[in-house]
Parts: sequence; C-alpha cells; structure tokens
Amino acid sequence: MAVDASTSAKGDLILKNLTKTYGEFNAVDDLSLVIPKGSFFALLGPSGCGKTTTLRMIAGLEEPTSGTISVGTTDITDMKPYKRPVNTVFQNYALFPHLSIFENIAFGLRRRGVSDADVKAQVDKVLNLVELPQLAERKPNQLSGGQQQRIAVARAIVNRPALLLLDEPLGALDLKLRRQMQIELKWIQTEIGITFVHVTHDQEEAMTMADTIAVMNNGKIEQMGSPEDLYDSPRTSFVANFLGQSNLIPGTITGNDGDNLIIELFGNKVSVPKKRSSAHGTSVLVGIRPEKFRVAAEGKGATGNVLTGGVVSDVSYIGVSTQYQVEMPWGKELIVFEQNDDDEDFLRKGEKVTLSWEPVFSFVLDGSENASSGSH
Amino acid sequence: MKRLTRWFSKNLIRIYAGLAFIYLFIPVLYTFIYSFNDSGKTNLIWKGFTFEKWSNPCGAPDICSALGNSFLIGFTSTFVSTVLGTLIAFALGRYKFRGRSTTNLLIFLPMATPEIVLGASLLTMFINFGFNTSLLTAIIAHVMFCISFVVVTVKARIASLDPRLEQAAMDLYANEWQTFRRVTFPLVLPGVAAAALLAFSLSFDDFIITNFTAGTVNTFPKFVYVAAGRGIPAQANVIGSAMFIIAVTVVILGQVLGNKRKSKVS
Repeated sequence: MAVDASTSAKGDLILKNLTKTYGEFNAVDDLSLVIPKGSFFALLGPSGCGKTTTLRMIAGLEEPTSGTISVGTTDITDMKPYKRPVNTVFQNYALFPHLSIFENIAFGLRRRGVSDADVKAQVDKVLNLVELPQLAERKPNQLSGGQQQRIAVARAIVNRPALLLLDEPLGALDLKLRRQMQIELKWIQTEIGITFVHVTHDQEEAMTMADTIAVMNNGKIEQMGSPEDLYDSPRTSFVANFLGQSNLIPGTITGNDGDNLIIELFGNKVSVPKKRSSAHGTSVLVGIRPEKFRVAAEGKGATGNVLTGGVVSDVSYIGVSTQYQVEMPWGKELIVFEQNDDDEDFLRKGEKVTLSWEPVFSFVLDGSENASSGSH
Repeated sequence: MKRLTRWFSKNLIRIYAGLAFIYLFIPVLYTFIYSFNDSGKTNLIWKGFTFEKWSNPCGAPDICSALGNSFLIGFTSTFVSTVLGTLIAFALGRYKFRGRSTTNLLIFLPMATPEIVLGASLLTMFINFGFNTSLLTAIIAHVMFCISFVVVTVKARIASLDPRLEQAAMDLYANEWQTFRRVTFPLVLPGVAAAALLAFSLSFDDFIITNFTAGTVNTFPKFVYVAAGRGIPAQANVIGSAMFIIAVTVVILGQVLGNKRKSKVS
C-alpha cells in the first residue's frame, strides 16, 4: 500500500510552474525551482509570502491549482501524502499525544510494515542520534519543548525520506535553545545526507543552516543563492532589506571606469563593481550595508567611495559595535555600524562626519525598486 | 474567639464541601441502609437488620425480569445511539455540507423538548404507523433521545482535536483508514466512552418515555413506580445500591489505574 520511502524516488526536488490560488489571491504564483538532492534549502520570507503553502503542496497536504512537483523523475503532484517519499516536521511538532515517544517514532515504520525487530533497532538508533534514548517510554506531554522538537525530527528522519520538510521547526523555542537546535539540525542533516527543505521567516536561522536560500515574497521567489550571495549581492530591494539591513541611496550612472560603474549620489561620485549591479537603466539605487561604512570626523582621511556632509543624529552603544544614524545633506538618514575595535574618537550627536567605504562592499539595484520594500 | 474565626475562615471551603456532599449523599445512604431492612411488603419503617434481601435480590416478584429488560434496552440503545451519534458528530464536526447548521440546531431539539411531550407523541406515532408498543418501540424511542447527547459530547471532543495530528499521520504513511484507526479514533475515544456512559444512564433510568412506548414490557423504573403504590420491596434498594457501588468502583478503579500509569512514566 504505502511505498517504502527508502527505495522510492530519490533525486532533486523539482517544482514546475507551481501555482496555488485561493479565490482571487495567488498564494503561490508560478513558482519554478530545483532543489538539489542532499542540500539544506531554506524558503525564507515574511508571513503570507506563500512559503508554507509551497511546503504543504510538496507534502501533499495542499493541492496545487496548477503546476507539477517531482522528486527525481517521479511526478508526485497527484500522489496522496502517505505515498510520497516525503516527511514533515510540523510547526508545533504534532506528536501523537496518546502514543509513547517510541511509538511516535515507530509510527511511519509500522505503517510501512517494517518488522518489530527492525522497528526497535531503527527507533533506538534515531533516539541515540537525537540523544534522547531515555525518553522512549514517556508521553509527548511529559517532554520539554526542545525535547519534543528533537523527537519530531527523529519521527521524520527514521523513515529515511528523500526529502525532509521543516515548517518553522524552531518557532516555539526560546532564543538560546533555537541557536543550539540550529546547529544540531545542520549537524543531523550533514550526518544523514537527506535533502532538507526548511521554511522560516527568520533570516538569521536561514543563513545559519541553509546552503541555499530562496527569498520569497508575494508568492514568487525574489532571489535564490547562497547566504553570502544574497547578503553581498542582493538583486532586489526586498532582499536587500529583508536579509539584514541596507542603506539604499538613489543615484545616476554617469560613466564607466574599467570594471566599475561611476555613479553620482547627490553630487558625490562613487564607483561600484559592474558585477554587483542588477540595474537596467541609468537610474539606480546604491546599496551599502551599515557595517561596511567607515565613519570619521569631517576632514579626517577618507578613502574609497566618500559621502560628505553628514551629521550624527543618534548614537547607540551596543557593546560589540556602536550604531550611528547620520543625517545626510539630502535629508535622509543612513545607518552605520562601527565596530568598537580601536581607540578612534567616539563621535557625538551633532558632530559633522564623512562616510566612506570600499567600492567592492556595495551593490547596485535598479532605480525602479521601492527602497523601503522588505524593511523590518 | 479570634482563633475560632481564623479556624473557621481557614476551613470554610471544607465545611462547605462537607455539607454539599452530605446533601448529595443522604438519599443514597438512606437507600443503602434500607436495603438491609428486614421489611415485609413495604420498606418504610426500620424493622431490623438482615442480609436476606442482598442474598436474594430477585426475591420480589417480577423485579429481575424488569431489571433484565432495562439492561437489554439500555445496552442496545446505548450501542446504537453511540455508533450513530459518533458518525453524526464526525459529519458535523469535520465536513461542510448543505444544511449543516440546520442539522446542528435540530440535534439539540430533543434535549429541549419535555420528555412527557416526546413520550406522548411517540406513542401516537407508533399507533398511527401500526406498531405494537413493545421492547422494540422502547429501544427506538431510547435511541432517539440518547443520540442528541452522544452527538453533543463527541462533537466537543472532535472540535478540540488538532487537525495537524491527522496530517502528521498521513505524512507518516498512514492511509485514510489507518489514520482514523491509529490516530483520530483513539483520540476521540474518551469522548465516545463518556457519551456511551451518559446514554446508558439516561436510558436505564428513563421512566416517562418508556412508560408511553414500552407497552406491557416492564422495566426497572416502571417496576419501582408501580410498586410505589403498594410498597417498594427492599430488593429495589439492593439493586439501586449495587448499581451505585459498581459505578463508584469503576470510577475509582479508572482513577487509580490512570495515576499508576502516569507515575510509572514520569
């Protein structure tokens, strides 16, 4: 009846033109995506962006309006959830309250007709993997949140699925435990080599664990790539603002200089590597991450790209760094993080400053982008 | 004086609970004590202690055949109404269909209708349809008024069930039937059991509707009612007390076993 997950389709997960419509609303809009076998893939986006709907369609709990889902060469679009080589770690774990931890984990194995002896061996093994063998006889409500989370993972991976889906798996845990579980999940994934598809709205969580992140917004993928790629070369303002913070300054391309674009920002000429640009025309947004700025009192040596005429409007000291808000002559405030790693003068509110940065530490977006899209 | 007030305010809740229990259990205790009464035909005046009625509970004429009928009607209508009511509860709790809210409302109606009216109109209906009132008509009537209670009880349990548990089961290779058998039903079972107990106790002590619909068939409540005219035999007290003791024992046993299982795992 149910397929043996361990012998069924293995391979890349391929979503083709996947669409889910609720009435007039496109929850997932013509999504095409290939998730390579064995990768740790994160779908990152704000709530309502369609990431959970996508996950539920992969699990078979939601029916796509159109499009196909396949694992390797097997089309699973119309398969019942219990026939798919896919297991899910649910948001609030959904452990069966009437069954012991052992039976919770054994559930999938038993449904596939695994013999009692093998069930025992495999459950024991996975309980050791998540380091909770002493809890086998307990009931789920006798476990702490972190323990329940690990059991939920164990219950899924014991089946050796081609694909493990994680729906905001760490959302219910406190910060410290979340950090610890992030490392643990990443370790488990490396250990067993199953493809993990992880849905989250927490950019830090996605960046800590995933090899590849797809940033979703309004049912579409905004950009996909490694955490470094997305952070250093975002192609849309949504990605630039949703992943970390960005200062986006409007400007105009005025020329070329070898591999660099020359851009004028309110009278200041700056250069940015061409490969960091996703602009179509000459009207652009130049993006600089707050920690890439150097801030110095007016008149002191500034190299690279320079913006003059700033006035410090706010200073907050937060230990590892100091955060400045600098009001620019064109009326916008820029955010600057300065590491507290030297004995440079501490700048005070109202002081006149010059901002500078190395050209490689900036990126260029098309001028039609909405500079505040995706901000927290 | 002050100490007395303090003691009083500290123990007020206990005093109150004690009084409430006394109020609740005096009739039961009275029934129990008079089951040992060495009475003759009537059982109104204490005449001396005896085990005779307990050793021969069927001693009074017709009492045990009436009791047997009550059990037969009780078990049958409990079984039928629990099965039907659980299915109705699932339909109402899980599926959207035309007329669902109307059905929801109509299910409550038998509970709100006075029993005397229900009994009288059931009798009229049976006569009009040419049914002779018998054990069968009594069972049909009992199933009817028990179903509402079963539906309400089970539906509450279904509503509290997290739909993600069933999704998790499906995700873990359980097909529709296995999901129902392994996850949904075990989780709804306490509700079903509570509903069945409720249905049985409603059916077992029903007098009004039974009196209209059972014809010449005698049941335990009917027996007691009729006997009241010329004196209730002490055997009725024996049977009442025995049922009370059995019910209490079952409840205590359930509690003890439940606690034992809990303390074993933690």
